[in-house]
Amino acid sequence: MNAFLALYAGQVSRARAARVPLLFVATLQSVGILLLLRGVVDEGSRTTSQQVVAGSTVLVVAFVALNLLSQRFGLLRGSGALDHYATLPVSGSLVVLATAASYATFTIPGAVLTSIIGSLLYGLPLSHLWVLIGVLPLAGASLAGLGACLGLLAPRPELATVAGQLGMSGVLFLGIIPEKRLPEVVQWVRAAVPSTYATDALASSFSRHLDAGLLVQDLGVCLVVSVVALSLASASFRRAVRA
Amino acid sequence: MTDPAPTRTVSVSLTHLIRSHKDGTRVTDDVTLEVLTGEVFGLLGPNGAGKTTLVRQLVGVMKPDSGTVSLLGRDVTADPRSASGVLAYLAQDEPALNDLPVSLAIETTGRLRGLSKRDARAATEVLLEELALAPLRDRPLTRLSGGQRRLAHVAAALVGDRPLLVLDEPTTGLDVTARRAVWDLLRRRRTEAGTTVVLVTHNVLEAEQVLDRVAVLDHGRVMGCDTPGRLKALVSDDVRLDLVWRADPPLEDPTVAALLARSTVDGRRWSARLPADVARDALARLTSGATLAALDDFTLATPTLEDVYLALGGRDSDLERG
Repeated sequence: MNAFLALYAGQVSRARAARVPLLFVATLQSVGILLLLRGVVDEGSRTTSQQVVAGSTVLVVAFVALNLLSQRFGLLRGSGALDHYATLPVSGSLVVLATAASYATFTIPGAVLTSIIGSLLYGLPLSHLWVLIGVLPLAGASLAGLGACLGLLAPRPELATVAGQLGMSGVLFLGIIPEKRLPEVVQWVRAAVPSTYATDALASSFSRHLDAGLLVQDLGVCLVVSVVALSLASASFRRAVRA
Repeated sequence: MTDPAPTRTVSVSLTHLIRSHKDGTRVTDDVTLEVLTGEVFGLLGPNGAGKTTLVRQLVGVMKPDSGTVSLLGRDVTADPRSASGVLAYLAQDEPALNDLPVSLAIETTGRLRGLSKRDARAATEVLLEELALAPLRDRPLTRLSGGQRRLAHVAAALVGDRPLLVLDEPTTGLDVTARRAVWDLLRRRRTEAGTTVVLVTHNVLEAEQVLDRVAVLDHGRVMGCDTPGRLKALVSDDVRLDLVWRADPPLEDPTVAALLARSTVDGRRWSARLPADVARDALARLTSGATLAALDDFTLATPTLEDVYLALGGRDSDLERG
Protein backbone atom coordinates (compact mmCIF):
# COMPACT_ATOMS: atom_id res chain seq x y z
CA MET A 1 0.00 0.00 0.00
CA ASN A 2 2.91 2.31 0.83
CA ALA A 3 4.33 1.73 -2.65
CA PHE A 4 0.94 2.34 -4.31
CA LEU A 5 0.46 5.60 -2.42
CA ALA A 6 4.01 6.70 -3.24
CA LEU A 7 3.50 6.04 -6.94
CA TYR A 8 0.07 7.65 -6.91
CA ALA A 9 1.34 10.77 -5.13
CA GLY A 10 4.25 11.02 -7.54
CA GLN A 11 2.00 10.72 -10.57
CA VAL A 12 -0.49 13.25 -9.24
CA SER A 13 2.33 15.67 -8.53
CA ARG A 14 3.95 15.35 -11.96
CA ALA A 15 0.58 15.69 -13.59
CA ARG A 16 -0.57 18.75 -11.71
CA ALA A 17 1.18 21.30 -13.88
CA ALA A 18 0.61 19.69 -17.28
CA ARG A 19 -2.75 18.04 -16.76
CA VAL A 20 -4.86 20.95 -15.60
CA PRO A 21 -4.83 22.70 -18.99
CA LEU A 22 -5.42 19.35 -20.71
CA LEU A 23 -8.32 18.58 -18.44
CA PHE A 24 -9.73 21.98 -19.23
CA VAL A 25 -9.53 21.10 -22.92
CA ALA A 26 -11.19 17.71 -22.27
CA THR A 27 -14.07 19.34 -20.41
CA LEU A 28 -14.42 22.08 -22.97
CA GLN A 29 -14.54 19.46 -25.75
CA SER A 30 -17.41 17.61 -24.07
CA VAL A 31 -19.31 20.77 -23.15
CA GLY A 32 -18.82 21.96 -26.74
CA ILE A 33 -20.40 18.75 -28.04
CA LEU A 34 -23.31 19.20 -25.62
CA LEU A 35 -23.89 22.73 -26.87
CA LEU A 36 -23.54 21.71 -30.50
CA LEU A 37 -25.99 18.84 -30.28
CA ARG A 38 -28.46 20.90 -28.24
CA GLY A 39 -29.50 22.50 -31.49
CA VAL A 40 -29.89 19.16 -33.23
CA VAL A 41 -31.60 16.94 -30.66
CA ASP A 42 -35.42 17.25 -30.54
CA GLU A 43 -36.86 18.71 -27.34
CA GLY A 44 -38.94 15.63 -26.69
CA SER A 45 -36.35 12.98 -27.42
CA ARG A 46 -35.52 11.95 -23.90
CA THR A 47 -33.49 8.79 -24.73
CA THR A 48 -31.30 10.70 -27.16
CA SER A 49 -30.76 13.49 -24.64
CA GLN A 50 -29.74 10.98 -21.98
CA GLN A 51 -27.37 9.31 -24.40
CA VAL A 52 -25.73 12.57 -25.48
CA VAL A 53 -25.14 13.76 -21.91
CA ALA A 54 -23.86 10.35 -20.76
CA GLY A 55 -21.67 9.93 -23.85
CA SER A 56 -20.14 13.39 -23.42
CA THR A 57 -19.41 12.69 -19.77
CA VAL A 58 -17.68 9.38 -20.52
CA LEU A 59 -15.75 11.17 -23.25
CA VAL A 60 -13.98 13.23 -20.56
CA VAL A 61 -12.85 9.97 -18.98
CA ALA A 62 -11.81 8.57 -22.35
CA PHE A 63 -9.79 11.67 -23.17
CA VAL A 64 -7.71 11.38 -20.02
CA ALA A 65 -7.67 7.64 -19.35
CA LEU A 66 -7.41 6.32 -22.88
CA ASN A 67 -5.78 9.09 -24.87
CA LEU A 68 -3.42 10.68 -22.35
CA LEU A 69 -2.50 7.43 -20.60
CA SER A 70 -1.61 5.64 -23.83
CA GLN A 71 0.60 8.62 -24.66
CA ARG A 72 2.20 8.49 -21.21
CA PHE A 73 3.00 4.78 -21.34
CA GLY A 74 4.15 5.05 -24.96
CA LEU A 75 6.61 7.74 -23.88
CA LEU A 76 7.71 5.79 -20.80
CA ARG A 77 8.44 2.78 -22.95
CA GLY A 78 10.06 4.75 -25.77
CA SER A 79 12.38 6.70 -23.45
CA GLY A 80 13.55 3.63 -21.51
CA ALA A 81 11.89 4.91 -18.34
CA LEU A 82 10.40 1.49 -17.60
CA ASP A 83 13.89 0.34 -16.53
CA HIS A 84 13.52 2.62 -13.53
CA TYR A 85 10.47 0.74 -12.30
CA ALA A 86 11.82 -2.65 -13.35
CA THR A 87 14.79 -2.26 -11.01
CA LEU A 88 12.61 -1.26 -8.07
CA PRO A 89 10.83 -3.88 -5.97
CA VAL A 90 7.36 -2.96 -7.25
CA SER A 91 5.24 -5.04 -9.61
CA GLY A 92 4.25 -3.82 -13.04
CA SER A 93 0.60 -4.11 -12.00
CA LEU A 94 1.16 -1.63 -9.21
CA VAL A 95 2.80 0.90 -11.54
CA VAL A 96 -0.06 0.52 -14.02
CA LEU A 97 -2.72 0.73 -11.29
CA ALA A 98 -1.23 3.76 -9.58
CA THR A 99 -0.70 5.62 -12.84
CA ALA A 100 -4.20 4.73 -14.04
CA ALA A 101 -5.67 5.79 -10.69
CA SER A 102 -3.91 9.15 -10.80
CA TYR A 103 -5.13 9.80 -14.33
CA ALA A 104 -8.64 8.69 -13.40
CA THR A 105 -8.61 11.11 -10.45
CA PHE A 106 -8.10 13.99 -12.84
CA THR A 107 -11.23 13.09 -14.78
CA ILE A 108 -13.54 13.60 -11.79
CA PRO A 109 -14.08 17.39 -11.88
CA GLY A 110 -14.50 17.49 -15.67
CA ALA A 111 -16.92 14.56 -15.74
CA VAL A 112 -19.05 15.91 -12.89
CA LEU A 113 -19.16 19.35 -14.47
CA THR A 114 -20.07 17.94 -17.89
CA SER A 115 -22.93 15.82 -16.56
CA ILE A 116 -24.36 18.71 -14.53
CA ILE A 117 -24.15 21.17 -17.42
CA GLY A 118 -25.63 18.49 -19.72
CA SER A 119 -28.53 17.76 -17.40
CA LEU A 120 -29.36 21.43 -17.10
CA LEU A 121 -29.06 22.03 -20.85
CA TYR A 122 -31.21 19.08 -21.82
CA GLY A 123 -33.65 19.32 -18.91
CA LEU A 124 -32.75 15.97 -17.36
CA PRO A 125 -33.20 15.16 -13.65
CA LEU A 126 -30.08 15.34 -11.48
CA SER A 127 -31.53 13.16 -8.71
CA HIS A 128 -29.61 10.00 -9.67
CA LEU A 129 -26.30 11.68 -10.39
CA TRP A 130 -24.77 9.66 -7.54
CA VAL A 131 -24.45 6.88 -10.13
CA LEU A 132 -21.32 8.74 -11.21
CA ILE A 133 -19.64 7.42 -8.04
CA GLY A 134 -19.79 3.96 -9.58
CA VAL A 135 -19.45 4.91 -13.23
CA LEU A 136 -16.37 7.14 -13.02
CA PRO A 137 -13.97 4.74 -11.27
CA LEU A 138 -15.11 1.77 -13.36
CA ALA A 139 -15.08 3.61 -16.68
CA GLY A 140 -11.76 5.15 -15.61
CA ALA A 141 -10.23 1.79 -14.68
CA SER A 142 -11.36 -0.03 -17.82
CA LEU A 143 -10.36 2.74 -20.23
CA ALA A 144 -7.11 3.42 -18.36
CA GLY A 145 -6.28 -0.27 -18.55
CA LEU A 146 -6.84 -0.22 -22.29
CA GLY A 147 -4.91 3.05 -22.66
CA ALA A 148 -1.97 1.54 -20.75
CA CYS A 149 -2.08 -1.57 -22.98
CA LEU A 150 -2.00 0.57 -26.13
CA GLY A 151 0.93 2.59 -24.83
CA LEU A 152 2.91 -0.42 -23.66
CA LEU A 153 2.32 -2.56 -26.73
CA ALA A 154 2.81 0.10 -29.41
CA PRO A 155 6.24 -0.30 -31.00
CA ARG A 156 6.69 3.47 -31.20
CA PRO A 157 5.38 6.33 -29.00
CA GLU A 158 3.72 8.04 -31.99
CA LEU A 159 1.70 4.90 -32.71
CA ALA A 160 0.56 4.82 -29.07
CA THR A 161 -0.66 8.40 -29.43
CA VAL A 162 -2.54 7.61 -32.65
CA ALA A 163 -4.10 4.48 -31.13
CA GLY A 164 -5.21 6.42 -28.04
CA GLN A 165 -6.81 9.12 -30.17
CA LEU A 166 -8.59 6.59 -32.36
CA GLY A 167 -9.86 4.88 -29.22
CA MET A 168 -11.20 8.17 -27.96
CA SER A 169 -12.92 8.87 -31.27
CA GLY A 170 -14.54 5.44 -31.01
CA VAL A 171 -15.85 6.25 -27.54
CA LEU A 172 -17.19 9.55 -28.83
CA PHE A 173 -18.93 8.04 -31.85
CA LEU A 174 -20.34 4.94 -30.16
CA GLY A 175 -21.21 6.70 -26.93
CA ILE A 176 -23.13 9.70 -28.19
CA ILE A 177 -25.12 8.29 -31.08
CA PRO A 178 -28.14 6.36 -29.76
CA GLU A 179 -27.82 2.60 -30.32
CA LYS A 180 -30.97 2.27 -32.44
CA ARG A 181 -29.68 4.72 -35.04
CA LEU A 182 -26.51 2.74 -35.65
CA PRO A 183 -26.23 0.08 -38.43
CA GLU A 184 -26.39 -3.47 -37.09
CA VAL A 185 -22.66 -4.17 -37.56
CA VAL A 186 -21.75 -1.05 -35.60
CA GLN A 187 -24.20 -2.11 -32.89
CA TRP A 188 -22.11 -5.25 -32.46
CA VAL A 189 -18.98 -3.13 -32.16
CA ARG A 190 -20.80 -0.95 -29.66
CA ALA A 191 -21.61 -4.00 -27.56
CA ALA A 192 -17.93 -4.99 -27.53
CA VAL A 193 -16.60 -1.62 -26.35
CA PRO A 194 -16.31 -1.19 -22.57
CA SER A 195 -17.23 2.50 -22.55
CA THR A 196 -20.69 1.53 -23.84
CA TYR A 197 -21.65 0.02 -20.50
CA ALA A 198 -20.45 3.05 -18.58
CA THR A 199 -22.40 5.30 -20.95
CA ASP A 200 -25.55 3.16 -20.66
CA ALA A 201 -25.30 3.06 -16.86
CA LEU A 202 -24.98 6.82 -16.74
CA ALA A 203 -27.70 7.36 -19.35
CA SER A 204 -30.11 5.28 -17.28
CA SER A 205 -29.40 7.50 -14.26
CA PHE A 206 -30.89 10.45 -16.12
CA SER A 207 -34.34 8.78 -16.26
CA ARG A 208 -36.90 9.54 -13.60
CA HIS A 209 -37.09 5.91 -12.52
CA LEU A 210 -33.78 4.19 -12.20
CA ASP A 211 -33.67 0.54 -13.34
CA ALA A 212 -31.42 -0.85 -10.60
CA GLY A 213 -31.07 -4.28 -12.24
CA LEU A 214 -29.86 -2.83 -15.51
CA LEU A 215 -27.53 -0.46 -13.69
CA VAL A 216 -25.90 -3.29 -11.72
CA GLN A 217 -25.58 -5.31 -14.91
CA ASP A 218 -23.87 -2.46 -16.79
CA LEU A 219 -21.55 -1.68 -13.92
CA GLY A 220 -20.80 -5.39 -13.55
CA VAL A 221 -19.59 -5.51 -17.16
CA CYS A 222 -17.45 -2.42 -16.49
CA LEU A 223 -15.96 -4.14 -13.46
CA VAL A 224 -15.09 -7.31 -15.36
CA VAL A 225 -13.58 -5.29 -18.23
CA SER A 226 -11.57 -3.24 -15.72
CA VAL A 227 -10.07 -6.36 -14.17
CA VAL A 228 -9.28 -7.86 -17.57
CA ALA A 229 -7.87 -4.60 -19.01
CA LEU A 230 -5.67 -3.92 -16.00
CA SER A 231 -4.40 -7.53 -16.00
CA LEU A 232 -3.58 -7.20 -19.69
CA ALA A 233 -1.83 -3.91 -19.00
CA SER A 234 0.28 -5.57 -16.27
CA ALA A 235 1.24 -8.36 -18.65
CA SER A 236 2.08 -5.76 -21.32
CA PHE A 237 4.27 -3.97 -18.78
CA ARG A 238 6.23 -7.13 -18.01
CA ARG A 239 6.62 -7.81 -21.72
CA ALA A 240 7.79 -4.25 -22.45
CA VAL A 241 10.35 -4.37 -19.64
CA ARG A 242 11.99 -7.62 -20.71
CA ALA A 243 11.90 -6.98 -24.45
CA MET B 1 40.90 4.04 -2.28
CA THR B 2 42.59 1.09 -0.67
CA ASP B 3 42.67 -2.41 -2.06
CA PRO B 4 39.85 -4.64 -0.90
CA ALA B 5 40.64 -7.30 1.69
CA PRO B 6 41.25 -10.67 0.04
CA THR B 7 38.77 -12.54 2.27
CA ARG B 8 35.64 -10.64 1.14
CA THR B 9 32.68 -12.50 -0.27
CA VAL B 10 31.58 -12.15 -3.87
CA SER B 11 28.61 -9.77 -4.45
CA VAL B 12 28.41 -9.88 -8.22
CA SER B 13 29.33 -12.81 -10.37
CA LEU B 14 29.00 -12.75 -14.16
CA THR B 15 29.80 -16.00 -15.92
CA HIS B 16 30.36 -16.29 -19.67
CA LEU B 17 27.76 -13.63 -20.51
CA ILE B 18 27.00 -13.37 -24.20
CA ARG B 19 24.51 -11.08 -25.90
CA SER B 20 24.34 -10.50 -29.65
CA HIS B 21 22.56 -8.12 -31.99
CA LYS B 22 20.17 -9.59 -34.52
CA ASP B 23 22.94 -9.45 -37.15
CA GLY B 24 25.11 -11.68 -34.96
CA THR B 25 27.51 -8.97 -33.72
CA ARG B 26 28.35 -9.64 -30.10
CA VAL B 27 27.71 -6.65 -27.85
CA THR B 28 28.67 -8.67 -24.79
CA ASP B 29 31.38 -11.11 -25.71
CA ASP B 30 31.89 -13.89 -23.17
CA VAL B 31 32.23 -11.67 -20.10
CA THR B 32 33.23 -13.31 -16.83
CA LEU B 33 33.75 -11.01 -13.84
CA GLU B 34 33.54 -11.07 -10.06
CA VAL B 35 32.96 -8.06 -7.82
CA LEU B 36 33.74 -8.43 -4.14
CA THR B 37 31.53 -7.16 -1.35
CA GLY B 38 32.48 -3.61 -0.38
CA GLU B 39 34.46 -3.06 -3.53
CA VAL B 40 34.15 -0.03 -5.81
CA PHE B 41 34.43 -1.75 -9.15
CA GLY B 42 34.52 0.03 -12.48
CA LEU B 43 33.75 -0.71 -16.09
CA LEU B 44 35.91 1.57 -18.21
CA GLY B 45 35.68 1.87 -21.95
CA PRO B 46 34.92 4.32 -24.73
CA ASN B 47 31.39 5.00 -25.97
CA GLY B 48 30.00 1.93 -27.69
CA ALA B 49 32.26 -0.49 -25.78
CA GLY B 50 29.21 -2.35 -24.45
CA LYS B 51 29.30 -1.06 -20.87
CA THR B 52 25.62 -0.13 -20.63
CA THR B 53 24.52 -3.36 -22.33
CA LEU B 54 26.54 -5.28 -19.77
CA VAL B 55 25.09 -3.49 -16.74
CA ARG B 56 21.54 -3.80 -18.07
CA GLN B 57 22.04 -7.55 -18.06
CA LEU B 58 23.55 -7.30 -14.61
CA VAL B 59 20.49 -5.52 -13.16
CA GLY B 60 18.02 -7.88 -14.84
CA VAL B 61 16.38 -5.61 -17.43
CA MET B 62 18.08 -7.28 -20.39
CA LYS B 63 18.27 -10.99 -20.92
CA PRO B 64 21.64 -12.45 -21.92
CA ASP B 65 21.66 -14.95 -24.80
CA SER B 66 23.70 -17.23 -22.57
CA GLY B 67 25.66 -17.11 -19.34
CA THR B 68 24.60 -16.33 -15.79
CA VAL B 69 24.32 -13.32 -13.50
CA SER B 70 24.39 -13.84 -9.75
CA LEU B 71 23.91 -10.98 -7.29
CA LEU B 72 24.50 -11.68 -3.60
CA GLY B 73 23.73 -15.32 -4.24
CA ARG B 74 20.53 -14.65 -6.25
CA ASP B 75 20.34 -16.06 -9.75
CA VAL B 76 19.21 -13.01 -11.72
CA THR B 77 19.22 -14.87 -15.03
CA ALA B 78 16.54 -17.24 -13.75
CA ASP B 79 14.61 -14.62 -11.77
CA PRO B 80 15.29 -11.08 -13.07
CA ARG B 81 12.95 -9.49 -10.52
CA SER B 82 15.12 -10.72 -7.66
CA ALA B 83 17.75 -8.10 -8.56
CA SER B 84 15.43 -5.28 -7.48
CA GLY B 85 15.52 -6.46 -3.88
CA VAL B 86 19.25 -5.95 -3.45
CA LEU B 87 20.39 -3.23 -5.82
CA ALA B 88 19.83 0.33 -6.84
CA TYR B 89 20.35 1.10 -10.51
CA LEU B 90 21.11 4.49 -11.96
CA ALA B 91 20.63 4.49 -15.73
CA GLN B 92 22.27 7.03 -18.04
CA ASP B 93 19.02 8.94 -17.95
CA GLU B 94 16.04 8.60 -15.63
CA PRO B 95 13.07 9.96 -17.60
CA ALA B 96 10.63 8.41 -15.13
CA LEU B 97 11.78 10.91 -12.49
CA ASN B 98 12.19 13.97 -14.65
CA ASP B 99 8.76 15.54 -14.11
CA LEU B 100 8.95 15.30 -10.33
CA PRO B 101 10.28 17.90 -7.91
CA VAL B 102 13.73 16.91 -6.59
CA SER B 103 12.68 15.96 -3.05
CA LEU B 104 9.63 14.01 -4.21
CA ALA B 105 11.70 12.09 -6.80
CA ILE B 106 14.08 10.94 -4.05
CA GLU B 107 11.32 10.28 -1.50
CA THR B 108 9.16 8.30 -3.94
CA THR B 109 12.10 6.14 -4.99
CA GLY B 110 12.89 5.50 -1.31
CA ARG B 111 9.32 4.45 -0.59
CA LEU B 112 9.33 2.14 -3.59
CA ARG B 113 12.48 0.56 -2.13
CA GLY B 114 10.44 -0.24 0.98
CA LEU B 115 11.04 2.74 3.28
CA SER B 116 8.07 4.10 5.21
CA LYS B 117 6.97 7.61 4.25
CA ARG B 118 8.66 8.99 7.36
CA ASP B 119 11.94 7.15 6.82
CA ALA B 120 11.96 8.09 3.12
CA ARG B 121 11.52 11.78 4.08
CA ALA B 122 14.35 11.60 6.60
CA ALA B 123 16.67 9.85 4.13
CA THR B 124 15.76 12.44 1.47
CA GLU B 125 16.71 15.30 3.81
CA VAL B 126 20.11 13.73 4.47
CA LEU B 127 20.82 13.24 0.75
CA LEU B 128 19.65 16.77 -0.14
CA GLU B 129 22.21 18.11 2.34
CA GLU B 130 25.00 15.74 1.34
CA LEU B 131 24.71 16.57 -2.35
CA ALA B 132 23.95 20.28 -1.80
CA LEU B 133 20.56 19.92 -3.48
CA ALA B 134 18.53 21.46 -0.63
CA PRO B 135 18.00 24.83 -2.38
CA LEU B 136 16.54 23.01 -5.40
CA ARG B 137 14.27 20.66 -3.46
CA ASP B 138 10.95 21.91 -4.87
CA ARG B 139 12.14 22.40 -8.43
CA PRO B 140 10.99 19.79 -11.01
CA LEU B 141 13.95 17.94 -12.51
CA THR B 142 13.04 19.16 -15.99
CA ARG B 143 13.75 22.71 -14.84
CA LEU B 144 17.26 21.99 -13.59
CA SER B 145 20.55 22.21 -15.48
CA GLY B 146 21.94 18.92 -16.83
CA GLY B 147 24.42 18.63 -13.96
CA GLN B 148 21.88 19.42 -11.24
CA ARG B 149 19.46 16.89 -12.72
CA ARG B 150 22.14 14.22 -12.78
CA LEU B 151 22.91 14.93 -9.13
CA ALA B 152 19.22 14.46 -8.29
CA HIS B 153 19.29 11.12 -10.16
CA VAL B 154 22.31 10.09 -8.08
CA ALA B 155 20.43 11.02 -4.89
CA ALA B 156 17.47 8.87 -6.00
CA ALA B 157 19.82 5.96 -6.63
CA LEU B 158 21.39 6.28 -3.18
CA VAL B 159 18.16 6.47 -1.17
CA GLY B 160 17.13 3.27 0.57
CA ASP B 161 20.67 2.05 1.39
CA ARG B 162 20.91 -0.84 -1.05
CA PRO B 163 23.89 -3.19 -0.49
CA LEU B 164 24.72 -2.99 -4.21
CA LEU B 165 24.78 0.20 -6.30
CA VAL B 166 25.01 -0.07 -10.07
CA LEU B 167 25.67 3.40 -11.47
CA ASP B 168 25.92 4.08 -15.19
CA GLU B 169 28.08 7.18 -15.65
CA PRO B 170 26.82 8.89 -12.48
CA THR B 171 29.03 11.97 -12.79
CA THR B 172 28.52 12.82 -16.46
CA GLY B 173 27.78 16.53 -16.75
CA LEU B 174 28.74 17.31 -13.15
CA ASP B 175 31.19 20.08 -12.29
CA VAL B 176 34.31 19.21 -10.32
CA THR B 177 32.80 20.05 -6.92
CA ALA B 178 29.68 17.98 -7.50
CA ARG B 179 31.75 15.14 -8.89
CA ARG B 180 33.89 15.07 -5.77
CA ALA B 181 30.77 15.18 -3.58
CA VAL B 182 29.47 12.06 -5.33
CA TRP B 183 32.82 10.27 -5.01
CA ASP B 184 33.01 11.15 -1.30
CA LEU B 185 29.51 9.89 -0.77
CA LEU B 186 30.27 6.57 -2.48
CA ARG B 187 33.44 6.19 -0.40
CA ARG B 188 31.47 6.89 2.77
CA ARG B 189 28.81 4.33 1.87
CA ARG B 190 31.47 1.75 1.27
CA THR B 191 33.31 2.46 4.52
CA GLU B 192 30.26 2.80 6.76
CA ALA B 193 27.87 0.25 5.27
CA GLY B 194 30.10 -2.04 3.23
CA THR B 195 28.18 -1.06 0.08
CA THR B 196 29.39 -2.64 -3.16
CA VAL B 197 29.53 -0.25 -6.10
CA VAL B 198 29.65 -1.10 -9.79
CA LEU B 199 30.39 2.11 -11.64
CA VAL B 200 30.39 2.61 -15.40
CA THR B 201 32.68 5.36 -16.60
CA HIS B 202 34.49 6.62 -19.63
CA ASN B 203 36.42 9.09 -17.51
CA VAL B 204 40.00 8.08 -16.81
CA LEU B 205 40.44 10.41 -13.85
CA GLU B 206 37.31 9.01 -12.21
CA ALA B 207 38.52 5.47 -12.79
CA GLU B 208 41.94 6.18 -11.27
CA GLN B 209 40.70 8.14 -8.28
CA VAL B 210 37.68 6.16 -7.24
CA LEU B 211 37.92 2.55 -8.29
CA ASP B 212 39.41 -0.34 -6.34
CA ARG B 213 39.45 -2.49 -9.44
CA VAL B 214 38.55 -1.81 -13.03
CA ALA B 215 37.60 -3.92 -16.02
CA VAL B 216 38.65 -2.34 -19.31
CA LEU B 217 36.03 -3.02 -21.97
CA ASP B 218 36.17 -2.76 -25.75
CA HIS B 219 33.74 -4.15 -28.30
CA GLY B 220 31.90 -6.09 -25.60
CA ARG B 221 35.05 -7.85 -24.41
CA VAL B 222 36.98 -7.51 -21.14
CA MET B 223 40.51 -6.61 -22.23
CA GLY B 224 41.95 -6.47 -18.73
CA CYS B 225 40.75 -6.45 -15.14
CA ASP B 226 42.82 -5.44 -12.11
CA THR B 227 43.53 -2.52 -9.79
CA PRO B 228 44.27 0.72 -11.66
CA GLY B 229 47.81 0.60 -10.25
CA ARG B 230 48.56 -2.90 -11.49
CA LEU B 231 47.01 -2.18 -14.88
CA LYS B 232 49.18 0.88 -15.25
CA ALA B 233 52.23 -1.20 -14.32
CA LEU B 234 51.66 -3.03 -17.61
CA VAL B 235 52.75 0.14 -19.40
CA SER B 236 54.95 1.57 -16.64
CA ASP B 237 57.98 1.93 -18.89
CA ASP B 238 56.01 4.21 -21.18
CA VAL B 239 55.14 7.86 -20.87
CA ARG B 240 52.80 10.01 -22.90
CA LEU B 241 54.18 12.96 -24.80
CA ASP B 242 51.53 15.49 -25.83
CA LEU B 243 52.43 18.27 -28.23
CA VAL B 244 50.43 21.26 -29.42
CA TRP B 245 51.78 23.03 -32.52
CA ARG B 246 51.43 26.76 -33.00
CA ALA B 247 51.41 26.46 -36.79
CA ASP B 248 52.02 23.64 -39.25
CA PRO B 249 54.63 21.34 -37.70
CA PRO B 250 58.06 21.26 -39.40
CA LEU B 251 57.79 17.76 -40.88
CA GLU B 252 61.23 18.03 -42.48
CA ASP B 253 62.76 17.74 -38.99
CA PRO B 254 63.63 14.04 -38.46
CA THR B 255 62.51 14.08 -34.78
CA VAL B 256 59.16 15.57 -35.75
CA ALA B 257 58.74 13.08 -38.58
CA ALA B 258 59.57 10.18 -36.27
CA LEU B 259 57.09 11.43 -33.67
CA LEU B 260 54.33 11.81 -36.25
CA ALA B 261 54.67 8.14 -37.13
CA ARG B 262 53.99 7.18 -33.50
CA SER B 263 51.34 9.78 -32.61
CA THR B 264 47.61 9.98 -32.70
CA VAL B 265 46.86 13.29 -34.37
CA ASP B 266 43.93 15.57 -33.56
CA GLY B 267 44.39 18.76 -35.59
CA ARG B 268 47.48 20.42 -34.18
CA ARG B 269 47.48 18.18 -31.11
CA TRP B 270 49.73 15.15 -31.19
CA SER B 271 49.80 12.45 -28.56
CA ALA B 272 52.43 9.69 -28.53
CA ARG B 273 53.02 6.83 -26.11
CA LEU B 274 56.75 6.21 -25.94
CA PRO B 275 59.38 4.53 -23.79
CA ALA B 276 60.48 7.09 -21.18
CA ASP B 277 64.04 7.52 -22.52
CA VAL B 278 62.85 7.96 -26.12
CA ALA B 279 60.33 10.60 -25.04
CA ARG B 280 62.90 12.48 -22.97
CA ASP B 281 65.35 12.44 -25.84
CA ALA B 282 62.74 13.62 -28.38
CA LEU B 283 61.60 16.42 -26.09
CA ALA B 284 65.20 17.57 -25.53
CA ARG B 285 65.76 17.82 -29.26
CA LEU B 286 62.42 19.54 -29.92
CA THR B 287 63.03 22.20 -27.27
CA SER B 288 66.62 22.94 -28.20
CA GLY B 289 66.33 23.32 -31.96
CA ALA B 290 64.42 25.55 -34.36
CA THR B 291 61.27 23.45 -33.84
CA LEU B 292 60.71 25.15 -30.49
CA ALA B 293 59.33 28.21 -32.30
CA ALA B 294 56.58 26.07 -33.84
CA LEU B 295 55.63 24.44 -30.52
CA ASP B 296 52.78 26.02 -28.58
CA ASP B 297 52.75 23.64 -25.62
CA PHE B 298 54.00 20.24 -24.54
CA THR B 299 53.46 17.83 -21.62
CA LEU B 300 55.20 14.67 -20.58
CA ALA B 301 52.97 12.49 -18.40
CA THR B 302 53.13 9.11 -16.68
CA PRO B 303 50.74 6.53 -18.13
CA THR B 304 47.02 6.69 -17.41
CA LEU B 305 44.33 4.07 -17.83
CA GLU B 306 43.79 5.47 -21.31
CA ASP B 307 47.30 4.34 -22.19
CA VAL B 308 46.47 0.96 -20.68
CA TYR B 309 43.37 0.80 -22.86
CA LEU B 310 45.43 1.58 -25.96
CA ALA B 311 48.24 -0.80 -24.96
CA LEU B 312 45.71 -3.62 -24.50
CA GLY B 313 44.62 -3.12 -28.10
CA GLY B 314 41.78 -0.64 -27.61
CA ARG B 315 40.59 1.32 -30.60
CA ASP B 316 38.55 4.51 -31.04
CA SER B 317 39.50 5.98 -27.70
CA ASP B 318 37.21 8.83 -26.75
CA LEU B 319 37.91 8.37 -23.08
CA GLU B 320 37.74 11.56 -21.03
CA ARG B 321 40.88 12.63 -19.23
CA GLY B 322 39.49 14.98 -16.62
